[in-house]
Amino acid sequence: MTAFALPESTAVAQAAGGYDPLLPGLILLLPLLGFAINGSLALTSGIRSARALRLGGADGAGSDAHDGHHQDHARVVPMTHRLPSLVGPGVMAGAFVLTLLNFLRMLGAGAADPVVLTYWRWMPTGTLSLDAALQIDPLSIIMMMVITGVGFLIHLFSIGYMKEDPGYPRYFAYLNLFVFFMLVLVTGASFPVMFVGWEGVGLCSYLLIGFWFQDREKADAGKKAFIVNRIGDVGLLMAMFLLFVSFGTLDYQGIFEAAPNTLIYGGGVVTAITLFLLLGAAGKSAQVPLYVWLPDAMAGPTPVSALIHAATMVTAGVYLVARASVLFALSPVGSAAVATVGAITALFAATIALKQVDIKKVLAYSTVSQLGFMFMGVGVGAYAAGVFHLMTHAFFKALLFLGAGAVIHTMHHAFHATHRDWDAQDMRNMGGLRHAMKGTWLFMWIATLAIAGIWPFAGFFSKDEIIWYVGTSAPFGPLYIVLWGMAVATALLTAFYMTRMMILTFHGPQRMGKEEAKHLHESPPVMLIPLGVLAVLSIVGGWINVPTSVRASFFGGFGTLPMSAWLHDWLAPVTAAADAIRLEQMGAYAYQSPVGGGHVTWGFIATGLALAVVLVASRIFLSRPIQVAELDAPPTGLGKVLYNKWYVDELYDRTIVRPVVGLSRFFWRTVDRGIIDGTVNAVGSVSRGFGWIGSLIQTGQLNTYAFILALGALALLGALVL
Amino acid sequence: MVPLCSKALVMTAILQAIGFEHWILHTLLWLPMLGIPVLLSAREEWAGKIALGWTTTLFVLSLGLWWVYDPAGPLFQLTSVRPWLGLWGIDYALGLDGMSLFMLLLTTFIMPVAILGAFRYIRQRQRAFYALLMLLQTGIVGVFVAMDLFLFYVFFELTLVPMYFIVGIWGGERRIYAAIKFFLYTAMGSLLMLVGILYLYMQARAANGFGSFHYLDLLGTPLSLTEQLWLFGAFALAFAIKVPLFPLHTWLPDAHVEAPTPGSVVLAAVLLKMGTYGFIRFVLPFFPEASQHPTVVLIMMSLGVAGILYAALVAAVQPDAKKLVAYTSVAHMGFVVIGIFALTVNGVQGALVVMISHGITTGALFLLLGMLYERRHTREIEAFGGLARVAPLLATAFVLTAMASIGVPGTSGFVGEFLALLGTFERFPVLAFLAAIGVIIAAFYMLPMVQKIFFNALDREENRTVSDLSARELVVLSPLLVLMLVLGVYPAPVLDRLAPTVDAVITWVEEDQGGALGAAVEGYRRPRADLAATIATPLTDALIVQD
Repeated sequence: MTAFALPESTAVAQAAGGYDPLLPGLILLLPLLGFAINGSLALTSGIRSARALRLGGADGAGSDAHDGHHQDHARVVPMTHRLPSLVGPGVMAGAFVLTLLNFLRMLGAGAADPVVLTYWRWMPTGTLSLDAALQIDPLSIIMMMVITGVGFLIHLFSIGYMKEDPGYPRYFAYLNLFVFFMLVLVTGASFPVMFVGWEGVGLCSYLLIGFWFQDREKADAGKKAFIVNRIGDVGLLMAMFLLFVSFGTLDYQGIFEAAPNTLIYGGGVVTAITLFLLLGAAGKSAQVPLYVWLPDAMAGPTPVSALIHAATMVTAGVYLVARASVLFALSPVGSAAVATVGAITALFAATIALKQVDIKKVLAYSTVSQLGFMFMGVGVGAYAAGVFHLMTHAFFKALLFLGAGAVIHTMHHAFHATHRDWDAQDMRNMGGLRHAMKGTWLFMWIATLAIAGIWPFAGFFSKDEIIWYVGTSAPFGPLYIVLWGMAVATALLTAFYMTRMMILTFHGPQRMGKEEAKHLHESPPVMLIPLGVLAVLSIVGGWINVPTSVRASFFGGFGTLPMSAWLHDWLAPVTAAADAIRLEQMGAYAYQSPVGGGHVTWGFIATGLALAVVLVASRIFLSRPIQVAELDAPPTGLGKVLYNKWYVDELYDRTIVRPVVGLSRFFWRTVDRGIIDGTVNAVGSVSRGFGWIGSLIQTGQLNTYAFILALGALALLGALVL
Repeated sequence: MVPLCSKALVMTAILQAIGFEHWILHTLLWLPMLGIPVLLSAREEWAGKIALGWTTTLFVLSLGLWWVYDPAGPLFQLTSVRPWLGLWGIDYALGLDGMSLFMLLLTTFIMPVAILGAFRYIRQRQRAFYALLMLLQTGIVGVFVAMDLFLFYVFFELTLVPMYFIVGIWGGERRIYAAIKFFLYTAMGSLLMLVGILYLYMQARAANGFGSFHYLDLLGTPLSLTEQLWLFGAFALAFAIKVPLFPLHTWLPDAHVEAPTPGSVVLAAVLLKMGTYGFIRFVLPFFPEASQHPTVVLIMMSLGVAGILYAALVAAVQPDAKKLVAYTSVAHMGFVVIGIFALTVNGVQGALVVMISHGITTGALFLLLGMLYERRHTREIEAFGGLARVAPLLATAFVLTAMASIGVPGTSGFVGEFLALLGTFERFPVLAFLAAIGVIIAAFYMLPMVQKIFFNALDREENRTVSDLSARELVVLSPLLVLMLVLGVYPAPVLDRLAPTVDAVITWVEEDQGGALGAAVEGYRRPRADLAATIATPLTDALIVQD
């Protein structure tokens, strides 16, 4: 296999292209510093409350998490709150400003070449030469902007949301650490450095999902996320090994530059590499069949769901495919697999979202579904479109989660005040919240229209573009027409279940009870302002990437030009090699939707359909009487299957978890204790002669024995040496 | 070495001025044993403190080796040879290469840590206990610095005795069973190795014209493939039991569970490494053809992979925390074995890093479990729960250690496992894939334990009074935790120092006795040959001929 031939040497391009990075290391160091400060505070306050607990503190032994996280407001020392409130969001603001400055510099320089910054040698073994190095290029800077920008807003929101939690500094410590690892993930200049971030964010996700670890279910959810992610991580490891064998390096620069000449187009090696990368991406980005951890991950605090399980970490898989676009372009099978997995995930998760009653679960499945969209995009070679949707999704989904957080927050307070043990996250217990929370209501509708794909909101542009690219991939095979159908169906389902969520939550009668309704309140400014900023971004965010074809159609005829738009052009240096390979090997897109019509025509159809679904869904759920959770009859038929998430968790439990545990028990009891130890003991009993050693031990003369032995050995050896 | 700038040079100069390189290995070897009479004549309550002071001094002394050992210099450094049992060509020969450097540092480091970590654990017969630990240290150090195969064997066996008594006297309820099992298993394996050593000696004597047990004299002894395979079997059995390699591992969980905390720590951190050390130092270079024989390699690799998967699965269903960690040791050592027998630079480097990392992380895990045991007098995982709320420091230390143990990037565990798997993949992609599944199972055994002990509800009254780490315990754990992170983030200085050994072994095996090891043999043998011709040969010949 020529593909396995090692290239002579792979020089890493160093700081070219005119862009001069400004303190790039500090962008990563700031959140790490925040972690160090908040972490120390967390330990200090943890030690203090542990002491109180040992001395017989207020909360009883049986206290569970829900009481746990609102228990001892009074005992919280102000210092443990004031400093994290300053440090946590503060370092994020600093990191964001620095990132913005770097972005502007790069914009000014019109940079094309990535800047690689080498800090120290990491794993030099002789054949492997791996540095702790960062790479800043158009793709990573976009990701950094999203991470630090949205991250800052979510940190800000958390000040209000987590105010009453005794684990306040610990929360900010984990959140800062998460941002650090996420930045490592998107700036690492090689696969292993990226992998440090990759598993690092997984670790933080684990810690934050299980933040209220006293609750067994929440701790379980964290554990599940970690283990399922590790399945994907093995895929990533294998991909790295294959890359190393093929290229002799694991640096992005070395691999991506050599790839077109080293790997055979459509060959077995590149296909294996891309499929393993897909496995890794599917784990982190919650795609079929590894999506099962994400809905459970909602056990974490809601801002965590917004930051980690919607805006940033779960999009790492999309980033990975976009980053390795050259490899995917070289493997039509790998790319098709990405698109297919994405389409299946998108549709599958959307059907589950239809029947969920927990507001966070709806958003969780919606996230899984939207991630599927992004996978479809990068799978059909529309890398920029995938990253575009990643970005707009970060805006509107973070907004939706934070809004849901605000809703849960106020519902929780209401039920807490009246000592009613109803579920604060169950939408059947809500209704009519718009009267109490006008701002939240408005912002969330903006996000809903954005995710539903309605013009002129951000989601319209990004989602429409993905659907468009999937549809115009028809010349590459009939598969893409099927995927296009699935994409359109998913888009319509999205509009439907999101409208259902909004109606159930904010409209109709207030079902929580009269007394509770009095306690409902709008969130404080520290929570509402981030929502407002995200709402603005959800409106205008899409306009950064209006295709020139559309601009042309309004300002000069009805064009069907190949797409060109700001984000596309910005990311072009990253995807250029991949685009060239696809064009050469597969030919051009059809630039026409499978049912006819150019891009603009299709845009009108799409937004019209989505709008119609929103209106229909509103009518359905406004006219239908909704029972509170206690009184609601369990769903039947298909509804029951969807409500129970197609029983996939049960399926995995029966076919994987239980057999593995059974096998382990068999190994332990039968093989280890029975066969191996049985043999050993049989041999042992033959040589009972050794029993005298045992008897010696019990005579109590051991001191003497050991002494004699030691002295004897010493004397013998010493005498002979001298 | 570019990064090691002037400060290092100053350090080297100071050490040279005090003749450090001439006495350090002998001191590290014999000083522990010299502590025995001191300990035995001391008052009972002082024994622990004396042992701690003694081993700490040794550790501080051993640190000088970092500057004295020159990775750019010859393969074996600080060498010394003196005839011991001259008639049989047995020398008191010591030497140090990159591999022994780190094994030595790991030993001298872990000893004071183990002693201080279980200061309260040992209540009875303290003098005898610490005396045995000292004896153990001499044995382990001897194994790692002996350049004479007979001397090596003496030390290899010497470690058995103190460990046997440590488990058998200070152990738990089934200590006698565990101690005898440990003794029988390892003694049987090493007896065969002794036969192998003697056979190798005879062959070398025939080829060289003089008898010698010196490592460099025995290297390159011409052996037929059949001979190599038999000898490989004899050596490999001894080392495989020590490692322990599946399916010869069942002594380990029993020994670990029954051993007192310091015993478990030393056992996991250094004793097991004697096995993998033996593979790299002796088995590969002595029997290069057998070590590369496809069937042999396949057997060793398969056993390594089987151990990784099997032991990890068995670990996942253990109700006893200590037993769980014991089984994870078997899984970790499987990574070492596959790294070694893949015989690639990355594989062997990775194997060595796993050895170091496992010593630190598993040592820390056993210390932490010992601390839990001292608080609750149980090792039953289900008996705990919610401890993170009453002992946040303990929980933090445990979680960090657990993450390093399962190889999360940024910790030492990742560097080792990544390189070992990468090196394995270069030759055996399918086996590497199977081994990589062990990474998933690692999360599957470690996280539930962490959750059941530290998370979940604090619902048992006896857990509510569990105290957090004391200052002493913090002092013990901190260096271990720091090392886990430092080795994960900046392992380059360690890799640089291991590289000569790795290169030498691989080149010797693959390129027909060439490379640095070949140079060492050449450099050593010429003067020896003269010596042998004049004095040693007639005597040894006369004696050997008799039998």
